[in-house]
Amino acid sequence: MALDSKIPKGPLADKWTNHKNEINLVNPANKRLIDVIVVGTGLAGGSAAATLAELGYNVKAFCFQDSPRRAHSIAAQGGINAAKNYQGDGDSTYRLFYDTVKGGDYRSREANVHRLAEVSTNIIDQCVAQGVPFARDYGGLLDNRSFGGVLVSRTFYAKGQTGQQLLLGAYSAMNRQIGRGKIKMFTRHEMLDVVIVDGKARGIIARNLVTGEIERHSAHAVVLGTGGYGNAFYLSTYAMGSNVTAAWKAHKRGAYFANPCYTQIHPTCIPVSGDHQSKLTLMSESLRNDGRIWVPKHKKDVEAIREGSLKPTDLAEEDRDYYLERRYPAFGNLVPRDVASRAAKERCDEGYGVNKTGEAVYLDFASAFMRYGKEQAHVKGLDENDESLVKKLGQEIVKNKYGNLFQMYEKIVDQNPYETPMMIYPAVHYTMGGIWVDYNLMTTVPGLYCIGEANFSDHGANRLGASALMQGLADGYFVLPYTIGDYLADDIRTGPISTDSKEFDEAEKSATDIIDKLVNNEGTHSVDYFHKKLGKIMWNKCGMARNEKDLKEAITEIAELRAEFWKDVKIPGKADEYNEELAKAGRVADFLELGELFAKDALVREESAGGHFREEYQTPEGEAMRRKEFQFVSAWEYKGEPKDAVLHKEDLVYENIEVKERSYK
Amino acid sequence: MNLTLKIWRQKNASDKGKIVDYPMSDVSPDMSFLEMLDVLNQELIDKGEEPIAFDHDCREGICGMCSMYVNGRAHGPDSMITVCQLHMRSFNDGDTIFIEPWRATAFPVIKDLIVDRSAFDRIQHAGGFISVNTSGNTQDANAIPIEKENADKAFDAATCIGCGACVASCKNSSAMLFVSAKVSQFALLPQGQVEATDRVLNMVKQMDEEGFGNCTNTGACEVECPKGISLENIARMNREYLAASFKG
Amino acid sequence: MSGILNSSIGRKFAMALSALFLMFFILQHFAINILSVFSPDTFNEVSHFMGTNPLVQFALQPVLIFGVIFHFAMGFILEIKNNKARKVSYAKNSPSGNSTWMSRNMIWSGGFILVFLIIHFIDFWIPEINTKYIVGDMSGMHNGEFRYYEELVHKFVPIWRVALYCIGFVFLALHLLHGFDSAFQSVGANNKYTKGIKGLGKAYSILIPLGFIFIALYHHFNH
Repeated sequence: MALDSKIPKGPLADKWTNHKNEINLVNPANKRLIDVIVVGTGLAGGSAAATLAELGYNVKAFCFQDSPRRAHSIAAQGGINAAKNYQGDGDSTYRLFYDTVKGGDYRSREANVHRLAEVSTNIIDQCVAQGVPFARDYGGLLDNRSFGGVLVSRTFYAKGQTGQQLLLGAYSAMNRQIGRGKIKMFTRHEMLDVVIVDGKARGIIARNLVTGEIERHSAHAVVLGTGGYGNAFYLSTYAMGSNVTAAWKAHKRGAYFANPCYTQIHPTCIPVSGDHQSKLTLMSESLRNDGRIWVPKHKKDVEAIREGSLKPTDLAEEDRDYYLERRYPAFGNLVPRDVASRAAKERCDEGYGVNKTGEAVYLDFASAFMRYGKEQAHVKGLDENDESLVKKLGQEIVKNKYGNLFQMYEKIVDQNPYETPMMIYPAVHYTMGGIWVDYNLMTTVPGLYCIGEANFSDHGANRLGASALMQGLADGYFVLPYTIGDYLADDIRTGPISTDSKEFDEAEKSATDIIDKLVNNEGTHSVDYFHKKLGKIMWNKCGMARNEKDLKEAITEIAELRAEFWKDVKIPGKADEYNEELAKAGRVADFLELGELFAKDALVREESAGGHFREEYQTPEGEAMRRKEFQFVSAWEYKGEPKDAVLHKEDLVYENIEVKERSYK
Repeated sequence: MNLTLKIWRQKNASDKGKIVDYPMSDVSPDMSFLEMLDVLNQELIDKGEEPIAFDHDCREGICGMCSMYVNGRAHGPDSMITVCQLHMRSFNDGDTIFIEPWRATAFPVIKDLIVDRSAFDRIQHAGGFISVNTSGNTQDANAIPIEKENADKAFDAATCIGCGACVASCKNSSAMLFVSAKVSQFALLPQGQVEATDRVLNMVKQMDEEGFGNCTNTGACEVECPKGISLENIARMNREYLAASFKG
Repeated sequence: MSGILNSSIGRKFAMALSALFLMFFILQHFAINILSVFSPDTFNEVSHFMGTNPLVQFALQPVLIFGVIFHFAMGFILEIKNNKARKVSYAKNSPSGNSTWMSRNMIWSGGFILVFLIIHFIDFWIPEINTKYIVGDMSGMHNGEFRYYEELVHKFVPIWRVALYCIGFVFLALHLLHGFDSAFQSVGANNKYTKGIKGLGKAYSILIPLGFIFIALYHHFNH
């Protein structure tokens, strides 16, 4: 099947408006006759469910958590971008579009990204109307901050809890519709398969996680907003339950999986403390606005710091290497995430890591304290030369901006970041890859849509900070609710979809077969044993830097691990009860397939772009080397085993942006 | 360090449940509390026993999923954190640690340490929203300036993670801190004031129907709240409710 | 407005209003009683006025009785309802880390105050009603003098009663230490004045019961 991205004709800036004017609509009376299933209740799924219900569709929403409010979008800290230009610093829709395409290392679709930039302003309006309490200045107007990879301040934020506030906004919009009976909410339910009837997605098989019951749910269309698959790495900033199962099952039913190797490794996370570690905690990128990243210049100081005989605060300025400022003077500490992460890895690989494991660099606020403190002292008419006073005043300002992050750091690491620099290290954070979708966000399966992080469309090979929230809400509030109408317009006479069909029988059987196999396996190792092993392979061989040899090994090792998993995994308990091990096993089984495709995709992509860095393809200065012949989207078709997946290419055409060497120097 | 855990085990909602003792050895002080339970669960699985079921997800203190009463305190002895942020360095070698689920009639136990908090969702369905459709034509976000103090207070109220520690630690199992946080957030914003009357009446009505107790201002909720939601919000909800009652 | 007393917040508000009223009453009661220490004559005159003024007797007194009964009855009803909200209790609970003893034990301090009040009614109020409305003696005189001061002094002769009164007022203090601020919080007053209210509450809750104790001891040891 040839990939048709269905990008509308016409000038870039008019594509979306024209498209909206031309697509089919469903009249309000007919919307009542149409059911839509939305899986996942994060920013994308939640906002889509609410908006579809507002429009009049009957929505069934599913989440595996105990409430839609707990989806992992809630953990996003820093902010959400929008081209409002409230700061008057020259921002515009075009500039946001440009920054996003450039930030994505020219591996995203122009038309999608431009649409994203266009609707970004509507998102802020919508959220404010919903009562989302964004940060404001003393004039009562919305405040902005700056994020990595851009030269303007366009990021709206709510302290370090922007994702939480936006998600609660979408959740409240859902609540309104649940109260009206337009959304039927299924919590503690996990989607196990998508059901295809006559070539169209017509329902899902879900497991009630409390009772273990397998349920059939039908609809005229199915929307997946099920997030990313970073938990394939075991350790990541994802929630423990985040999984690829819904997306992977969709893939197995015919949806192409695009660019699985594009993974974002976030530069500022709290380093790993030991083998018991279950997850990693992110420190918002916004900290890089004020924090300076460094390691010691000399190995002897590194040794002394690791031994504890030298305190980082005692190291003289000239003995510190502010390597981002050194390498990228124009953007300094605010280079995009992929660049910052690789630079940290490079320093640590060279032996300059500052903690016991050698995998940590400093994020230091000392100069921010002094800078803000001097400003405050000046404003208040106090002595600007009194160092301890200035420091104290500065700490107050920093506390106001990032207080909750500093507190979080102290709770986890047991060090006071006001007194000693934070230690950070990169960690898996976001997956740009995902289910391939066309301009309408429909997958290669008719009637099956994919939105938010679960799809691949807008971030190319690297996502800029504060763009994930923007994309999730853009898809859910402003894109999908329009484009899905185009498809559903043909379904007004279809009537309710029966769950009593051979397709549902087959899908249910395939789900129960997997469950039966797992609970009756009686192996010797727990699910986590395999998950940790997979994570090690992924991190070591498909992580921040990849090469042909490692990737080939990874493919073999993952396939072997998968075989071992099915032979030897041990699941206590039964299928017809609350059984977290069983739920986890199903998820890890899918990670074990995805992981192999991930490595295969990374192997095929013989270039470096954004989050995908192939050691063979780098400039003499160690920067990523893109290759013109790889200016395409890799969309993989399932053919039985990950190794048999077939590659389809969607060529990326840049008509409005000149593809350049991505430079932040 | 070595510990004795006394953990509530309950097979399902209809099971009676009991406290079971689990000795733990070689616990690292750098572990989080949930990682310590992970280790215990691995041991149980290896022994062929059923692991302890507990709610958890983000493990960074924001999703509100984790919910344990540790040694007589919601989310354990430390303040301003959820149990996933509690670290074993808060305990000493030889300690005995009780781990129980939230106890409230409105939060029935599902299994072991997992409770059903859907009552919170139902309260939100009753009015925890501003009725605005997604049109793309909403007025500009800066059209109504909002006094910074009110915006900040609305934000502080909005940081509630819906974990239920307030209910769990209240001697009356009252949900007023939770409900008041939402009522306050919207009451403090001009966008929320249009529906303020109905909102507070409907949410309080639903709260009462769910079987939560009444507030007697002990302040336990405020102390145990991982996000430090202030009692001020309950006072504000009381005002809003009374004004709404006399109006409607 | 209908059914406000059926709502949790309505009940809480009613509880607070009756509490504020009772606190005002106690203050007034104390102001009159303390007169007995400084000037028996003034005490007698004020007592006679309060005991015979129709407005006080037939308007304020019923309101007071209603307030007292309402506060107690509602207190017990709420306690029972609140207990139902948690049917299984914790195996280990350490509430002292998050709340004061006083706030958690209002039912006990209130219960003791009720016991004290019953005795207090038997001591003063029932004889008073008997004299005035059953016997019909509205003069307030005994042997040609106002009887109020003498009656007061007489009651504080037995040490057991003085002790009982002292204990009663200790419980009142404990009750007020939470109840005073709590009433303000319940009616929605939590703002920049809250610190002041808390300070005032502390002073009131300690000084007023201490004052009553002082009066009882003063009369016990001076006569």
